[in-house]
Amino acid sequence: MKEGDALAPFVVENLTRTDLVRYAGASGDFNPIHHDETFAKMAGQPSVFGHGMLTAAFVGQCVTRAVGVANLRRLKVRFATRVWPGDTITCTGKVTRAYEADGERRIDGEVVATNQKGEVAVSGTFTAADPG
Amino acid sequence: MEIDREQLGVWGAPLTMRVEYGKIREFARAIKDPDAAYQGDAAVAPPTFLMTIAHWAEGGMSGTRAVKFDYRRLLHGEQEFEYVRPIRPGDVLQARSRVKDAYEKPGKRGGKMAFAIQETEYTNQRGEVVAYSRSTLIETEGPVQA
Repeated sequence: MKEGDALAPFVVENLTRTDLVRYAGASGDFNPIHHDETFAKMAGQPSVFGHGMLTAAFVGQCVTRAVGVANLRRLKVRFATRVWPGDTITCTGKVTRAYEADGERRIDGEVVATNQKGEVAVSGTFTAADPG
Repeated sequence: MEIDREQLGVWGAPLTMRVEYGKIREFARAIKDPDAAYQGDAAVAPPTFLMTIAHWAEGGMSGTRAVKFDYRRLLHGEQEFEYVRPIRPGDVLQARSRVKDAYEKPGKRGGKMAFAIQETEYTNQRGEVVAYSRSTLIETEGPVQA
């Protein structure tokens, strides 16, 4: 891959409360703000909202689809706005640099998850061995 | 956030996590990732799988003695993973954590914000480092807003 190459978009349509419950169970993150509507409303939120690390995993999938998980060397994400049930999350990215390091060809890139309003939910950067 | 400078950089006691195939499958399904790399005899763990250790290890993560958080005002600002070797079912990982750095700076809307970088090192049953994770935790002055 070379500088400027785009990663194929990865889209999750209509995130559901069930998706959040499934992630809570799989990850072990049972903070009630992500699954208990009554708790979330008492905490001043309009509803439950998504785990940041679930959106981070979508961002990770956008990268690993392009490079292969075995080639991933580093992934860094920054949490911006929250993700709500009903949201459609689109992950896109591109290669920002190609170089040699530690005896292999490497690429750096940036990746972002946005909601249907175009707001950034999670932004990130990655480093991978060049899959070719 | 209370910072104990003497404890910055000091590794906490390690925690153990046994990596199971079923947990990898459950996790891959929860993150909607059908990648064949997470299935079958040669399965590996997905990139964000290590977050589960923070919730599954008994007693929670170690290494936070350097800072005392007010959890009502705590945000997870950034998360970084560095991957050294694949993590596979059957692996017995040891995770040890430390607060690498902690500092305060003025917030954008007045008040001060406190930052802590918590680093966890994951080692497998052969004593090989498999990964590092680094979390940036942010404590805000007022209650957390969306």
